[in-house]
Amino acid sequence: MEDRAIIQLDHVSKSFTVRSGIFGGRKNMQVIGDLSLSIGRGEVLCLVGESGCGKTTTGKLIVGLIKPTSGRILFEGKDIWSMNNEEFKDYRKAVQIIHQDPYSSLNPVHRIYNILSAPLFRHGLVRNRSEAEEKVLDLLDRVDLTPPGDFIYKYPHQLSGGQRQRVAIARSLTLNPKFIVADEAVSMLDVSIRLSIIELLRRLKEEMNVTFLFITHDLAMAKYFGWEGRIAVMYLGRIVEIGPTPRVIENPLHPYTKALLMAIPEADPQVTRNKTPMKLRSLDIPSLLNLPPGCSFNPRCPFWIEGTCDKEVPDMYEPENDHYVSCFLFRGK
Amino acid sequence: MKSREIVKRIFWEPLVIISRDKAGLIGFIFLLSILLLSFVGPYFVKLDTEVKLDKIYQFPSREHILGTDNQGRDIFSQIVNGGRDVIIVAFLAGLISTLIAVSLGSLSAYAGGFTDTVIMFITEIILTIPQFPLLAVLAAFVRLTNPTMLAFIIGFLGWPALARAIRSQVLSIKERDYIEAARVLDLGRMHIIFSEILPNMLSYIVISLIMAMTGAVYSQVGLIILGLVPFYGHNWGLMIQLAWTRGAIFYKGSIFYILSPIIAIVLFQWSAVTFTRSLEGIFNPRLRAGE
Amino acid sequence: MTREILNIENLFVEYSNIRGKVKAVRGVNLKLYKGENLALIGESGSGKTTLGTAIIRLLPSSGYIKDGRIVYKGNGNEYDISKFSEKELRQFRWKEIAMVFQSALNSFNPVLKVWDQIYDTARAHGISNRNFVKERAISLLRYVQLDPERVINSYPHELSGGMRQRVLIAMSLLLEPKILILDEPTTALDILTQRNIIELLRTIKADMGLSMIFISHDLSLAAELADRVAVMYAGAIVELGSVEDIFYRPKHPYTLGLIKAVPTVTAGFRELYSIPGSPPDLINLTPGCKFAPRCEYKNSVCEKDEPMLVEVGQDHFVACFRHKEIGNGR
Ligand SMILES: Nc1ncnc2c1ncn2[C@@H]1O[C@H](COP(=O)(O)OP(=O)(O)OP(=O)(O)O)[C@@H](O)[C@H]1O
Ligand SMILES: Nc1ncnc2c1ncn2[C@@H]1O[C@H](COP(=O)(O)OP(=O)(O)O)[C@@H](O)[C@H]1O
Ligand code: SF4
Ligand code: SF4
Ligand SMILES: [Mg+2]
Ligand SMILES: [Mg+2]
Repeated sequence: MEDRAIIQLDHVSKSFTVRSGIFGGRKNMQVIGDLSLSIGRGEVLCLVGESGCGKTTTGKLIVGLIKPTSGRILFEGKDIWSMNNEEFKDYRKAVQIIHQDPYSSLNPVHRIYNILSAPLFRHGLVRNRSEAEEKVLDLLDRVDLTPPGDFIYKYPHQLSGGQRQRVAIARSLTLNPKFIVADEAVSMLDVSIRLSIIELLRRLKEEMNVTFLFITHDLAMAKYFGWEGRIAVMYLGRIVEIGPTPRVIENPLHPYTKALLMAIPEADPQVTRNKTPMKLRSLDIPSLLNLPPGCSFNPRCPFWIEGTCDKEVPDMYEPENDHYVSCFLFRGK
Repeated sequence: MKSREIVKRIFWEPLVIISRDKAGLIGFIFLLSILLLSFVGPYFVKLDTEVKLDKIYQFPSREHILGTDNQGRDIFSQIVNGGRDVIIVAFLAGLISTLIAVSLGSLSAYAGGFTDTVIMFITEIILTIPQFPLLAVLAAFVRLTNPTMLAFIIGFLGWPALARAIRSQVLSIKERDYIEAARVLDLGRMHIIFSEILPNMLSYIVISLIMAMTGAVYSQVGLIILGLVPFYGHNWGLMIQLAWTRGAIFYKGSIFYILSPIIAIVLFQWSAVTFTRSLEGIFNPRLRAGE
Repeated sequence: MTREILNIENLFVEYSNIRGKVKAVRGVNLKLYKGENLALIGESGSGKTTLGTAIIRLLPSSGYIKDGRIVYKGNGNEYDISKFSEKELRQFRWKEIAMVFQSALNSFNPVLKVWDQIYDTARAHGISNRNFVKERAISLLRYVQLDPERVINSYPHELSGGMRQRVLIAMSLLLEPKILILDEPTTALDILTQRNIIELLRTIKADMGLSMIFISHDLSLAAELADRVAVMYAGAIVELGSVEDIFYRPKHPYTLGLIKAVPTVTAGFRELYSIPGSPPDLINLTPGCKFAPRCEYKNSVCEKDEPMLVEVGQDHFVACFRHKEIGNGR
């Protein structure tokens, strides 16, 4: 695994300084705590978790938009924050991101041509306007904006949400990336449009052999897009379970993953009405400013072991091959 | 783009958009009229400097549509000839403050860290000094011999509030996803500032420029009324000051003398402010017609 | 015996904006029965919220009812809500029909404590007995599993998304309405919180026997709670039927597409299918079936006439010329 890894996170944590309350002083808020992760070349890793648990922060750390507070992020074995200029430039080109909101990810003052040609010119992939036009048309075609001639000179506001998201995807492809972070790339889109974007991503992955970190709060989408890959479940800035998608979905180990799967409303009346949700001890999600000691899930977990779960932080255990879980119920198994 | 298309985008569409907003349209028409009156008017209406003691404080008539002043000179001709300097000084001062504000504000926001702290510290200091008294003191020391000089002084003191606003605008645009995308695509700092951030602030900057101009009108006229800027020539501020010092308020007949420049100034300010409201529409590509 | 409590007849709602008239609701006919849960589903911009706000006459100022009637049957009488005056509306809203709006945070005034908002709502509808309101509010907050003492003295931003949603639900029940309209009650909430709100709505329904209208673009909410489902597309209802009919025997190509576009987690894999294209512009509508540009079943007739809702099974209505040919679900 290690030598195949394209991205590795090595005990990464990230804190932000925030003001608490109106008169409160500045506080350090740990958003990501001691995260270690390795993503193999050509793999799809789905990062799932609820809003605010740190998925986007993880994505931004990986594409180098923010620096970790501690720990290292390795791209093809090299720490990105101690790379020389040359190496960092290569990394920048190789690792791209697709944002959640197609309405804020495209600059409203530029036409699609300008949006897509700027990186091409900057990195010397094209030399003049006609080469750029040809390349842009080709990119638009690749993301199914056909006929591409209809789109190239439009402004973002003249496109629908789904079409904008396709442009954003095309932009992420301009520099022939090796790794793409798709941060909730479909969750702002309409139900009827989501699936076609997912299919597009899947096709690009196969055609261009791109590795994906697919961030989503929607387990069903993770299952659909990442069936052949792995799922990592995040809760309050930590990964609590990670393993091959079919096993995490069909045989979840962590109480939080189980609670999610038992609670998730589904678009099938018979399935969804027969669910018996797990009885949690509390409905409140702890604040990141005030995390409970021990396992972060312990105030809500029905299986908590008093004296252990509220005192110590569980390690990652591997009760099954390649299927890891951070919960004391699996210690020594 | 063909040149016809450019003409359409630059001239025709903005007019269409302005015409949609009633108040904005009225502001635009007034502003245009005042500008025409002040810059073209003087070629047709000569400043009346002839003292006519038999015509002191006359009420409006066909001959003198705004009446006459304390020396029997035509008020209308003074209004027509008194706007140019006021407007030029205001425009220059506004331009200077806006330029400084945009440069420092965006630098501060974009660079962050130490640069940000220093620039904001200077800004705060200038901001806490009361503007008008400072201007008054400065005017007393510096010999303001011409309008350009006055414009520079007002402009150099007028940027801090705007710089702070620009800084927060840039900070918010800096957080947009498209800026992040540009960073990940390694498009470079210059591209990000000039091609991604500033075009989005164009409307804000133009509106700020107009607001800075209106501010400069008040500072300027205020200084002149107080008699602190003895520059010669003829302008609305001077008219008020003269009317005031010649005790115009004691004569019933002098009402037009003192009110005319005041109304001219108020109209100019009001139409500029109202007009800016419709500018938003011109700069917002979503509202542009025909797309 | 099922009796109707609300009858929407041929309703048209429009918004005027600078580009023209947005035909947000076009010729909707819909009945709501006593004690039933009706779900209104469809994608963004299909007119769900507009229909909901038209029912309680809280359309934004640019919106207006162009035509049609909204008949409310209560206290042995019939009233046409669309003809109510402001004064009549004040007597009517929240007492007969209440609505919980999309995006729970924006429904609150950020500078007022929860108690002040509750009391203001009550007073606006003619109830100014402080103690009565307080008692009722406390019992309702407890009922929605909140700690009344803490919540009542909080500002909205001090509550989590799920708590705010529960406060809004409690507030909507303040005057014991007969009909409750909930616009996207679970959207943007965490899964565990969504589940909790769903269970809460189930309990409310069982305890109070209200009629509820759920508005959602999320099919799973309909699958969870609805007795009947109305599918909206481009301002019109294109299919209406029992939850089983809609999910297992859809007869409209759009419904079929929607159902097939949503993956499930715990059910087995099913074949997914995505609808090409995007919804039409509601200002410049083309003649014919509004779904035609995206429909793989369309023929020449579809582009000329717009299909009407016709009954294709018991209480199952479809607006499609070719409904007989649409596959029998899965
Ligand atoms: N205040 C308004 N002024 C003009 N048009 C409006 C206004 N509110 C809504 N519309 C338009 O009316 C149509 C229906 O909007 P509505 O909010 O009812 O949709 P919806 O189905 O609730 O969508 P969503 O799932 O996004 O909430 C849309 O085309 C929308 O753009
Ligand atoms: N720049 C920032 N400053 C302060 N807090 C932040 C910042 N970015 C994210 N956060 C906080 O970190 C937490 C995790 O955020 P995020 O990674 O965006 O979560 P997710 O993508 O899982 O919804 C949230 O509580 C969020 O408010
Ligand atoms: S470690 Fe303890 S509290 Fe945490 S999930 Fe496992 S059993 Fe529950
Ligand atoms: S009427 Fe025609 S176009 Fe419309 S849904 Fe039915 S088959 Fe498709
Ligand atoms: Mg996120
Ligand atoms: Mg809505």
